[in-house]
Amino acid sequence: MRSLSIALRNLLRNRRRSLTTLLAMIVGALAILLFGGFSQSIKNGLETGFVRTSGHLQIQHRGYYLFGSGNPAAYGIRDYLRIIERVKRDPALGPMLTVVTPILQMGGIGGNFAAERSKTVFATGYIVGEQNLLHEWNDYRFPIKPRRSALTDSGPDAAVIGMGVARILELCAPLDIVDCPLPEDTSTRDGARMPADIAALAGHDQPAAHQGDTRIELLVATAQGLPNVGELHVLKAESLGIKELDDVYVAMHLANAQQLVFGREPHQATAIVLQLRHTGQIPAARAQLQRLLDREFADDKLEIQDFGTLNPTFGQTITFFDTVFTFIALLIGVIVLFTVGNTMSTAVVERTVEIGTLRAMGLRRGGIRSLFVFEGLILGAVGAVMGVLVAIVAAELINHGGVYWTPPGRVDRIPLTLYVWGETRSLVGCALGLILVATVSAWWPARRAARLNIVEALRHV
Amino acid sequence: MNPVVLTGVNKSYLLDAIGVPALHGIDLEVRPDRFTVLCGPSGSGKTTLLNLMGCIDRPDSGQIVVAGQAVASLSDDALSDFRARNFGFIFQNFNLIPVLTAFENVEYPLRLAGMAAAHRKQRVLEMLEAVGLGDRANHLPGQLSGGQRQRVAIARALAPAPQLVLADEPTANLDSHTGAAIIALMRRMQREQHLSVVFSSHDPHVLAEADDAVFIQDGAITAIERQENRAAAAS
Repeated sequence: MRSLSIALRNLLRNRRRSLTTLLAMIVGALAILLFGGFSQSIKNGLETGFVRTSGHLQIQHRGYYLFGSGNPAAYGIRDYLRIIERVKRDPALGPMLTVVTPILQMGGIGGNFAAERSKTVFATGYIVGEQNLLHEWNDYRFPIKPRRSALTDSGPDAAVIGMGVARILELCAPLDIVDCPLPEDTSTRDGARMPADIAALAGHDQPAAHQGDTRIELLVATAQGLPNVGELHVLKAESLGIKELDDVYVAMHLANAQQLVFGREPHQATAIVLQLRHTGQIPAARAQLQRLLDREFADDKLEIQDFGTLNPTFGQTITFFDTVFTFIALLIGVIVLFTVGNTMSTAVVERTVEIGTLRAMGLRRGGIRSLFVFEGLILGAVGAVMGVLVAIVAAELINHGGVYWTPPGRVDRIPLTLYVWGETRSLVGCALGLILVATVSAWWPARRAARLNIVEALRHV
Repeated sequence: MNPVVLTGVNKSYLLDAIGVPALHGIDLEVRPDRFTVLCGPSGSGKTTLLNLMGCIDRPDSGQIVVAGQAVASLSDDALSDFRARNFGFIFQNFNLIPVLTAFENVEYPLRLAGMAAAHRKQRVLEMLEAVGLGDRANHLPGQLSGGQRQRVAIARALAPAPQLVLADEPTANLDSHTGAAIIALMRRMQREQHLSVVFSSHDPHVLAEADDAVFIQDGAITAIERQENRAAAAS
């Protein structure tokens, strides 16, 4: 009993000092956990966004990731339909999968024949229904609704373009986009005028352009290396949150994209997107997928890219937030260290005679150390528990307080959500960290107390 | 066996890096079952001598033997255990642990001595009854008067039945009436429990109660009056 009980009673005896120390620890825990919850929110939001777009894993032709971007002819996957069927049927992979879908990405030139405007674009062809399924992934219950593709239930020639593409091709008015300026000096238009040969090719079968027309022409290279132009009916311009993407983005039906590139040749895809139920399944899924590809599709020269490789921004952002979090945690740890250390040092000075008395009665140095270390331990434990509880309550208040913001990589405002409740690792880690810091900070004063000269301690006034 | 024997003990303290002699050439045998009084003016070295007897300080030279054991070679932990088994301390300022009740204060040295819980409780209650505080067992020191606190301190010192009880001017902070009562209590308990008590004081009332009286001045023993000599002188 004694050491723990005496430590507790001494803390209660000096209530004001103990409360001040506890307050510092509670504020520390609050800061750590709320920032941790915010950081987790950023991570979950980014991850959800990226997983909805690029999936967890992609099967690509070998070299596509490094050299083949926008070159479907050289880096297409011929057997993509058979691979998809095989992947879905795999007894180990199947239960982990939510969506397996092909995409075709290609570079090209988009042109607005009517406005004589053109722009290099990066077009993606996808299966709309499966793309919508990709967007339903929400493993972290992040407060964003699944986004249905604007191509849903649209005709085969429908397309969605980035806001920047719409601006450059002067499609703002036909698409009813507000806050979309036209260039002030029309003389600069020459720099972006559609090349005459392309305009001729594009305009070969074109009806006369008219006001309100949202058609664009997309020029791509076919599998044989010949130019081919397709007409797309633009349904909508979307903002993707990143200007560089907005300025090149074109989305269209996969079949239409394949028709443009491959014509009568067998259609191919540039990637097969695999979305898993949980991000944590990536290693197992990747290993199983690799075995499957090696065993049955070795001649197709395929490789697997995972979520981290496909979205380097995600890793960079998480590293940034982890670094800031570590810095804040260290800072608070130092503050707690000094606060508890100061409290314990004061206690040692105040109880010097008591220390001398206990030592005279026969309490060993270790016993004296225990007394003060237990005080630090109790302060740490109570401070950690209270800090965790306060942080949980504060996070819930914020989460239900109607605070909205626009996180990085998004264009829409969403409710501010701090992930504190349920983040067992963070909660336990923070609590154990505080207990450890408080105990360690009590160690030095405790050591000093234990080494006091008994006679001098008894003489202390 | 004499509870403590000091032979050629010297002790000095450093004061601003200058050695100040506190005791020199101390040869003393404290006899068992005696109420020994260390008598001398303030600064004469009484407390230093008590500290050395109680093994809470070490001499610069000389030998101290407690209950037949030379203590110089004992490690700090061993010396702590030795103190827990062999000594009871009574301090001028009572030095009770403020967060422990009277019962717990008395119980504390019994825990250190390793006494079993059932025996501890019985012994504590006996001791508190013996000092007249049976009804104050659950009181904290702050809820007791000075005299009551010192009685708790006496119960605490005597509870483990030590080889030697060392009392450093335990009546100095008490009024004369309470002080006299404390002296009488200690004397009674010393006789009843056949204890060896060393009591430092310059109070003539204490000296009058002494079996053996050790006179000390300027760090040296000037005279020792043994019980038999004192009785002969009195008759």
